[in-house]
Amino acid sequence: MISDILITICVVVGGLFGLIGSYGILKLNDPMSRMHAPTKTTTLGVGGVLIGSMIHAVSYEGHVSVHEILITLFLLITAPVTANFLAKVFINQQTKPQDLPTPGACKLWATHDKPEHYAASEQPEA
Amino acid sequence: MKLLNRLLPHPLLTLLLTVTWLLLVNRFSLNSLLFGFFLGLLIPVATQPYWPDRPKLKKPLKLISYLGLVIWDILVANIVVAKIVVFMPNSKRRPGWVEIPLDIRTPEAIATLGGTITMTPGTLTADISAQGRSLLVHCLHAPDPDEVRDEIKTRYEARLKEIFE
Repeated sequence: MISDILITICVVVGGLFGLIGSYGILKLNDPMSRMHAPTKTTTLGVGGVLIGSMIHAVSYEGHVSVHEILITLFLLITAPVTANFLAKVFINQQTKPQDLPTPGACKLWATHDKPEHYAASEQPEA
Repeated sequence: MKLLNRLLPHPLLTLLLTVTWLLLVNRFSLNSLLFGFFLGLLIPVATQPYWPDRPKLKKPLKLISYLGLVIWDILVANIVVAKIVVFMPNSKRRPGWVEIPLDIRTPEAIATLGGTITMTPGTLTADISAQGRSLLVHCLHAPDPDEVRDEIKTRYEARLKEIFE
């Protein structure tokens, strides 16, 4: 009975955060902000469902399931990489070096580090 | 010793792969332990050209408390971002870029910092500077960019510097 309530709470909370994450993609109004919603809210969204699944395995099937820990681990490692790649695509296609803060002595961000931007970044110096 | 180094370029990775394999199998047996260890020997040797230097962990135990801190921050981040998404009108939100100068130089430490920033409240690592001296971070709602920078530097970077360097 108690485990039923716990499983329900975990799954409902997980589903709720998943829904908010998807809603965020619709509601936020610029491409970079839109990326915040899925990368963050879905970690708790998926996490809630996985914790519910672990409690279910212990209380109904009578064994400890560790697959959920692995899924969480893989999710935590891959989510920042995906977000980083999407951000790089955005920077590459829709920004110029002068739209972003200057990175100290380096002058250019890694995505902008290509020949057509060299002249633009050297001009203010000369 | 040199032979051992060539057979085991990343001893920690070997251990991690063995444990991961056992978790994947979901049941402990000698059979899966041996196969996991075999994979743990094979994969580090095969991927060594892409990861030549062995990362040094100065204080591995601090990594556990760091992990706890990050998991707690992820929970808080979810709630903070959910609140912004649901309740804050777009016109009131102040998104923006923040540049974070780096004191850490180890690639593994910078990668960990980048991942941490993406998973925690309202910030997202977008890029690294051409020579790897600063990170470009996008904020979902940052009325004060300097505060964001200082928090990341004291809360995460200082701890990572202690662990890795």
